[in-house]
Amino acid sequence: MYLMDFRRPSALSAARQLIIQAITRAAGRDCTVAKSKLIGMTGDEAVAQAAKICDVDVVAAYPITPQTIIVEAFSNYVASGEIKTEYVCVESEHSAMSASVGASLAGARVFTATSSQGLALMHEILYIASGSRCPIVMAVANRALSSPINIHGDHSDSMGSRDSGWVQLYCENAQEAYDTTIMAFKIAEEINMPVMVNLDGFITSHCMEGVSTIDESTVAKFLPAKKLNGWLLGEHETLSMGALCLPDYYFEFKKQQEDAMHAALPSFEKTSMDFAKTSGRSYKAVETAGDGDAAIICMSSTAGTIRTMVRDSGEKLKVIKVRLYRPFPAQQLKEALKGVKSVTVLDRACSFGAPTGPLGSDVKSVLYGMPESTRPAIRNIVYGLGGRDLNPTELSDIFAEAHKAAKSGKFTTESGFVGARE
Amino acid sequence: MPGTDRVPIMKKTTYNKPLEIAWLGRGGQGVVTACQTLTKAALLDGEYSQAFPEFGPERTGAPVRGFNRVSSEPIDVHNQIYEPDVVVVIDPTLIPLLKEMGLKPETKVIINTNEAVVGGVMGKVFTVDATRIAIDIFGKPLFNTPMLGALVKVTEVVSMDSLKTTITGRFGGEMGAKNFSAIERAHKEVKPL
Repeated sequence: MYLMDFRRPSALSAARQLIIQAITRAAGRDCTVAKSKLIGMTGDEAVAQAAKICDVDVVAAYPITPQTIIVEAFSNYVASGEIKTEYVCVESEHSAMSASVGASLAGARVFTATSSQGLALMHEILYIASGSRCPIVMAVANRALSSPINIHGDHSDSMGSRDSGWVQLYCENAQEAYDTTIMAFKIAEEINMPVMVNLDGFITSHCMEGVSTIDESTVAKFLPAKKLNGWLLGEHETLSMGALCLPDYYFEFKKQQEDAMHAALPSFEKTSMDFAKTSGRSYKAVETAGDGDAAIICMSSTAGTIRTMVRDSGEKLKVIKVRLYRPFPAQQLKEALKGVKSVTVLDRACSFGAPTGPLGSDVKSVLYGMPESTRPAIRNIVYGLGGRDLNPTELSDIFAEAHKAAKSGKFTTESGFVGARE
Repeated sequence: MPGTDRVPIMKKTTYNKPLEIAWLGRGGQGVVTACQTLTKAALLDGEYSQAFPEFGPERTGAPVRGFNRVSSEPIDVHNQIYEPDVVVVIDPTLIPLLKEMGLKPETKVIINTNEAVVGGVMGKVFTVDATRIAIDIFGKPLFNTPMLGALVKVTEVVSMDSLKTTITGRFGGEMGAKNFSAIERAHKEVKPL
């Protein structure tokens, strides 16, 4: 359950409030975070602080707006002696990921961060990281890809890497960025796969909000012990990693990788439950708020904006936030879509020439498996590229179209771009 | 400012907004510091708050906008602020940009100026000579922090105690004390036009 009501005490009677508090506590979600414990930090600072308390061994990173503050803050912690991490100043993101792979294969707990062009530059090594089963955690402050150069938030960068075999999690705000970074290490090390923690560039990365932090000793108990696998580089006299593999066996490696990727979903769910015991905050692969026969599916910060608008305006809309994007939580999404007659999928990235945007494409694949009689009408919208805001007027129009389609059974408005000048 | 020709026609929304504040200044004048100080003070008060900047070309002297939201309830919206409740103009040369800030007759506009008359600005205008206060106290035109004092007097958005704790925590020792004196003086001197 992802209840919003409990946070507006003035709107509830005391008795109803108590009942809701009991339910949310049972769901593992603390409904009275002590306000005095909230510390002001930006999304980037939150990620750096989370990585700081995870006992990271190696950070190899290169700065790029809007992620720069993550590595700046982290390098300050290293320079001041607050943490013992080997900080490698590399000359590009390609080297950052290469160094990360090397360190990870030697058994180190590795963290790095990038955005946009940086993620694009390290693209070939992303596949090496996942193919070599390195449990690297990387924060990506999602930013538009050039050209033209744009430093603002959209999902083009991480969507461009969605096939690279990295687990992808999307965070809505600074608190989620903090919590997800910590959970990422546990998931990565359990399944031996790299994990990408995404937060919206500028919108989350540079937005200061109140964050409830966890102390280092608690995190140490939450995270697994450091890995000392039998296959560490240097431990054996003769060992190659990522060597040539001919058609006779390559395919089986990829099958194992795909199996590991699917294991990420139960791993995320279990980690989330453990994290809820540690912090009082619980997270799901797919989160639903509100109710209605029209649904909006989106990711990251936009979900919070839409959820608030729906709650405060009394709209009858289901707001479905996809938090775990890779592996795609098909089963959870199908459950969330029960009884829904129209679905509007918001994509903050454009897959040029594709029938729909990336998230839209995955949702449609899931929906195709449903019997035609219960399959909802679907509209895919590409919005917000280059940091363009989806304003309340445009959102109201989207809601209105969603309701119309739920009544009539099909959308009369096309899928396509919303918010761009004609 | 980027994208300002796309100012939306705001339909009447029924949802309750947190208090929304916009800051107008130039790169290097400390708009981001002022916003973040406000958010930290609000958190100390037990409120929820956001502080976020909007940059055009990232360079000293280019116009910069900063934004704050403050609420007694958690804030989940992350879109831009189109019609702020309060606008703080820390550089008077940016008064012409106010027409792009979504002003309404009830918007409170607090301007750093020594002019007795500020024409052509919609809203309830307040003025304070923050530059003079800064020169008197610091010897330099560090007028972002005094504007915080003026903002608190006009809106009571955060308590002076929390503001003092935050500002002295950010700038330790003598600088912290001077900053708070500047805040207190602007708090006293800000007046409606």
